[in-house]
Amino acid sequence: MSAPGKREEVLGAIRRSLAVDGNDSARLKTVQDRIKSHSANLIPKRGQIDHAARIKLFIETLEGQSAHVSRAGSLEDIPQIVADYLLDNNLPAEFRSGEDDLLESIPWDKSPALTRHQGKGVASDAVAISVARSAAAETGTMFLTSGKENPTTLNFLPDTHIAVIRADTILGSYEDAWNALRDVYGIREMPRTVNLISGPSRTADIEQIIVMGAHGPRRLHVIIVD
Amino acid sequence: MRPHSRSFKNNASAALKDASLQLALGGIKNGFVANRAKARANLPEFEDLRDEARAVKEHALAHLDLYLEEYEKKVTASGGHVHWAPTATDAREAILDICRKAGARTVTKGKTMVGEEIAINDHLEGAGITPVETDLGEYLIQLRNEPPSHIIAPAIHLTKDQVEADFRKIHTTLPYDRVLEEPAQLVAEARTVLREQFLAADIGITGANLLIAETGSSVIVTNEGNGDLTQCLPRIHIVITSIEKVVPTLEDACTILRVLARSATGQEWTTYTTFSTGPKREGDPDGPDEYHVILLDNGRTEMLGSEFHDMLRCIRCGACMNHCPVYNAVGGHAYGWVYPGPMGAVLTPSLIGIDEAGHLPNASTFCGRCEAVCPMRIPLPKLMRHWREREYDKGNTPLFYKIGLKLWAFMARHPRLYQGLTGLAMPALARAGRRRGRFKSLPFAGGWTRHRDLPAPQGKTFQQLWRERGQIS
Repeated sequence: MSAPGKREEVLGAIRRSLAVDGNDSARLKTVQDRIKSHSANLIPKRGQIDHAARIKLFIETLEGQSAHVSRAGSLEDIPQIVADYLLDNNLPAEFRSGEDDLLESIPWDKSPALTRHQGKGVASDAVAISVARSAAAETGTMFLTSGKENPTTLNFLPDTHIAVIRADTILGSYEDAWNALRDVYGIREMPRTVNLISGPSRTADIEQIIVMGAHGPRRLHVIIVD
Repeated sequence: MRPHSRSFKNNASAALKDASLQLALGGIKNGFVANRAKARANLPEFEDLRDEARAVKEHALAHLDLYLEEYEKKVTASGGHVHWAPTATDAREAILDICRKAGARTVTKGKTMVGEEIAINDHLEGAGITPVETDLGEYLIQLRNEPPSHIIAPAIHLTKDQVEADFRKIHTTLPYDRVLEEPAQLVAEARTVLREQFLAADIGITGANLLIAETGSSVIVTNEGNGDLTQCLPRIHIVITSIEKVVPTLEDACTILRVLARSATGQEWTTYTTFSTGPKREGDPDGPDEYHVILLDNGRTEMLGSEFHDMLRCIRCGACMNHCPVYNAVGGHAYGWVYPGPMGAVLTPSLIGIDEAGHLPNASTFCGRCEAVCPMRIPLPKLMRHWREREYDKGNTPLFYKIGLKLWAFMARHPRLYQGLTGLAMPALARAGRRRGRFKSLPFAGGWTRHRDLPAPQGKTFQQLWRERGQIS
């Protein structure tokens, strides 16, 4: 897109400074191999634990980051959990979500008071629900991907964000989570946006005092479903 | 912004006398510094991760041309556009061109230090486009028409009373008698005001903490979520970034991200870490129609392979300034341009020249804390020393300093004379200062005693004490 010489100007300056050749096959191979193997570097031991311990770590860490976490024995339990949470927080009994299969298989009519809207986020939304594809227990970090299943705007526009995650997709490290995404999207492929979310929005820009709800959700509620 | 690093000394003197600035800076020790120490203690692998992060970046820099080509290939394949910008002017032209073609009136902005570096706001305004900063700190300083004073906490120099006064002055459509005492009330007001801007913007501009060659993704880290609203709502997303941000793989990115937040705010991981790849895909209900990346050089290729090469590993965490006694005393504005503190003292002369920024590498006690905490293990004091040498070689050093340095060098080469003179001076000073234990003023030491007392020596030189101790052990 840039004017033709600019690209060569920058690349040429790099090669002059490094005293290298852009066609050096050994260098090219090094780069190709590194991308192809995408080997993990050091992964902290913290997340390298069994499944039950991982879930415990995930919950503790998220709660430490001001998120609210609850567990659902099955998809059937989710409507009640959502309804109770909204009631407890004095929020309207309606939410917006995308078309994720997991959300489609939740029997929402079990809580008839709940109204579900679908589509991307709009300014007036108070509550949104999305499904996290995966998580790294290491820092209580969920991986959410863009698309009509879970529009990205739902993660940021509403005051309250509810994320549903399957217990078996809670992994130890970010590296594990990326590999899970590679299985879905393919090698070297990504959806438009991958949001790693570890809590509700916050800022400390005024006198280093932490305030929740800077621009994104003030509340993050995570429902782990077995 | 136009640099005013030449007046560092005057800036620093004024900063020391600025009571509200001193109050604001006082929070760094119990905030960023204490939190980093906690985060480091909580992760046994932290020091090893620093080594690995450094290795990742060194590998990426050694193959920078090839990783940038790979990165560009993937951005293009995902439907995005890469604009190469050898200079700040090239970057601005590319951005303004995109804005003009889109007929943009307002632009929301996530935090971008490269955006500050190329003074993009001034140029957008010049073209009749309104830039709106959305990071709370950046918004606060935009209201005051000030540059950031810290690379991750741009408004760290402000107190909440100053913010309240600004909000009352600028947000005139809100009732004047509203309560704005607590940070939470100020944040809520900024949220409401900026929400309108997010929804109205034609273009969103963000920076990038990292670029990934494997996937053609740009990565931002935020806690507010402003960067995300900036890029998922408008029709066009522009990423302003620089060439040294590229790393090979997602795994490599994670290694660097593991040390970034811990070193910066002391968080284990930021609230939001966002990987963006191209424009929205077919069937996506939201996201931008266009995705542009501006890849800025602006002097970086000259640093590559030079004595300042190590500085290209910098990931802009701000740990060096948080731990710097000079930064903590004078704040970021004294440095006179975009990048303050130790990293700024090395980077600024590289980007705007040693003639303009010669004071900055001298604004250091060489205590070494910056290097000790730098997650990328950049030898900042050594790099500052290189600038001091260059400055001396260029003849920019004032005559008074030169004479002093010559005198010192002569003494250092004649140890007997040195020991003889200091052997006389120390007992004399000790006698003179015996009563008070310190000096309020002293000839040739006015620069020191104007701001604080000089403790009186105890009477013996270091060499003498060393010899005595040698006999004991």
